[in-house]
Amino acid sequence: MENISSEQNKQRNDRARYHSMSALYRKEMADHITSRRFVIIMLLVTATTIASIYGALTGMSDAISSDSNFIFLKLYTTSGNSIPSFLSFIALIGPFVGLILGFDAINSERNNGTLNRLVSQPIYRDSVIIGKFLAGGTLISLMVISMGVLIGAIGFLSIGILPSVEELARVVIYLLYTIVYICFWLAMAMLFSVICRHSATSALASIALWIFFAVFMSLLASIIANAIYPVNNQYNAAVNTLSNYNCNLYINRISPYYLYTEAVSTILNPSVRAVNAVTMSQLVGALSSYLSLGQSMLLVWPHLTGLIALTLGVFTISYVKFMRQEIRGN
Amino acid sequence: MGENTMIATRGLTKVYGEKVAVNHLDLSINEGEIFGLLGPNGAGKTTTILMLLGLTEPTLGEATINGIDCTRNSIQVKRITGYLPDNVGFYPDMTGRENLRFTGRLNGLDGKKMESKIDDLLERVGMTYAQHQKTGTYSKGMRQRLGIADVLMKDPKVIIMDEPTLGLDPEGMREFLTLIKQLSVEDGRTVLVSSHQLYQIQQICDRVGIFVSGSLVAAGKIEDLGRQLAKEGHYTLEVAAYPCDDRFLGFIHNMTGVTGIEKEGDKFVVHSSRDLRKEITGFLGTNRYTLLHLRQKGGDLDEIYRCYFEKAGQDEKHEQENKNGKHIFGTKQTKK
Repeated sequence: MENISSEQNKQRNDRARYHSMSALYRKEMADHITSRRFVIIMLLVTATTIASIYGALTGMSDAISSDSNFIFLKLYTTSGNSIPSFLSFIALIGPFVGLILGFDAINSERNNGTLNRLVSQPIYRDSVIIGKFLAGGTLISLMVISMGVLIGAIGFLSIGILPSVEELARVVIYLLYTIVYICFWLAMAMLFSVICRHSATSALASIALWIFFAVFMSLLASIIANAIYPVNNQYNAAVNTLSNYNCNLYINRISPYYLYTEAVSTILNPSVRAVNAVTMSQLVGALSSYLSLGQSMLLVWPHLTGLIALTLGVFTISYVKFMRQEIRGN
Repeated sequence: MGENTMIATRGLTKVYGEKVAVNHLDLSINEGEIFGLLGPNGAGKTTTILMLLGLTEPTLGEATINGIDCTRNSIQVKRITGYLPDNVGFYPDMTGRENLRFTGRLNGLDGKKMESKIDDLLERVGMTYAQHQKTGTYSKGMRQRLGIADVLMKDPKVIIMDEPTLGLDPEGMREFLTLIKQLSVEDGRTVLVSSHQLYQIQQICDRVGIFVSGSLVAAGKIEDLGRQLAKEGHYTLEVAAYPCDDRFLGFIHNMTGVTGIEKEGDKFVVHSSRDLRKEITGFLGTNRYTLLHLRQKGGDLDEIYRCYFEKAGQDEKHEQENKNGKHIFGTKQTKK
């Protein structure tokens, strides 16, 4: 008898959980889509995409003359007329989308006094933060996929060459990496929105982190590498060059920006054969050919797990923080 | 009015670092009753409420609503308990109706049933005219009324309100209090109102509890509290006579049991430990004074409140007594 009632109770709770989660998710989606800031980032991303496809098409003939394979992938990686490629554009601008969608997720609720009202409803508190993350993630996925398809469509119409199955698969994997990458920034921004009282503070903090990873991380990495493994004279250079390079690389890979760029360059360029330093002896007997998709994936699989782990790690921190936070005190 | 206990706390305690916010609170509120939780700012009222809703974990003790443990089964508690926070917030970009719809969905409502319920509630709180306005444009009074509708969306057995009358204008206040009264009398819901605004609460509460620095110093019907005070020897007499001269003042001053005299306009307010009325009227009669005004205070909440507060202050040598004293009598104090 008791078993049945607890079973019923569990079912009831599950149903309530589903109800509240879907209500929150729908509300967040509606909020985002009707908000002005979503229109702004949509315009920004669309403009970026169109600019980069224009650059790619102008630089295409040069790119094809040097290597005429995998032309479809070149739409995403070619730059021209000093306009960066879609790949590097998204690596730089993508985080911005995540930041905009997440920077005031929790603290605006707190400041509006709606968090009070929300948590006094019969819902689990984590539904709030999970619903917000899922809604942001869905929008990011939609945006990334539509931009990727837009590039493919325009490129296909302009160059008139059908993509091969492998090229399509590589593009799909590339978009998947991009989604995870931007979701990392969404999680990061949400973490700041849990920690900071004011949305201005959390916005500034997340933008600062973005700039740090995109610009200053590589400088910092080379400074540290040079300090540990100096290459300032011939002897040091002979002894330390490899260690210096590796140290530099490893520090850089802490940055999700570097991790992402390295991974997607490998995916979209089958000619990239290694992501680490390769010695002359390792190259002896190597065939000069493209890597197959499976082999490319093998190279950057750790990058994907790393990115997912970073995203989940950051989200977990904000989750725990949010669950333990006092509701009062606005 | 039912006799069942709806809200009960046993030894409920919350400690923040060094500060004891709530100190062994034993409270029992019956079904269908309006209970006023009174106390100055920072007395621990909001903390108590948050513990009742399971939003803050008590350090010690337990609280139950309708027999359900508030900490362990907070979801079930929140299904039957509506909470109106002191500064109720709505999503400013959504209309009043959309905000209610969202709350309804969170409570598992949907479709036509929910829409007709929203219609009823908007009608009831008199907000039908503003249902399609964005809540960002609402005034404080409108937000509070929408807040009531929002709380009623889940059809709660218990309604908990934290400083609900703060910042309302007199007209808004009157309507609001009528609404609260209806919730209890017509619907039979249990209402817990926390406030530092005495007069308003006095009008609607069945019982009150007086809360000073984390402890409940008194609880009961307002008349009972007054009687209890008189028994303990706290009398306050207002008296005015003509001519109002030094001889009269001197007489009062020399009476046994007088602890203090204040002059308020042309009246004297005499604090004493016993009933002085007979002697004073006797003196006035024999000395040809004209008695203009004589009133034994003690029946109103303000007085009760002041006395209990003084008592608590004396007990604890509370430093902020004077400061808080001012807060109590302010009727338009805002919290932050």
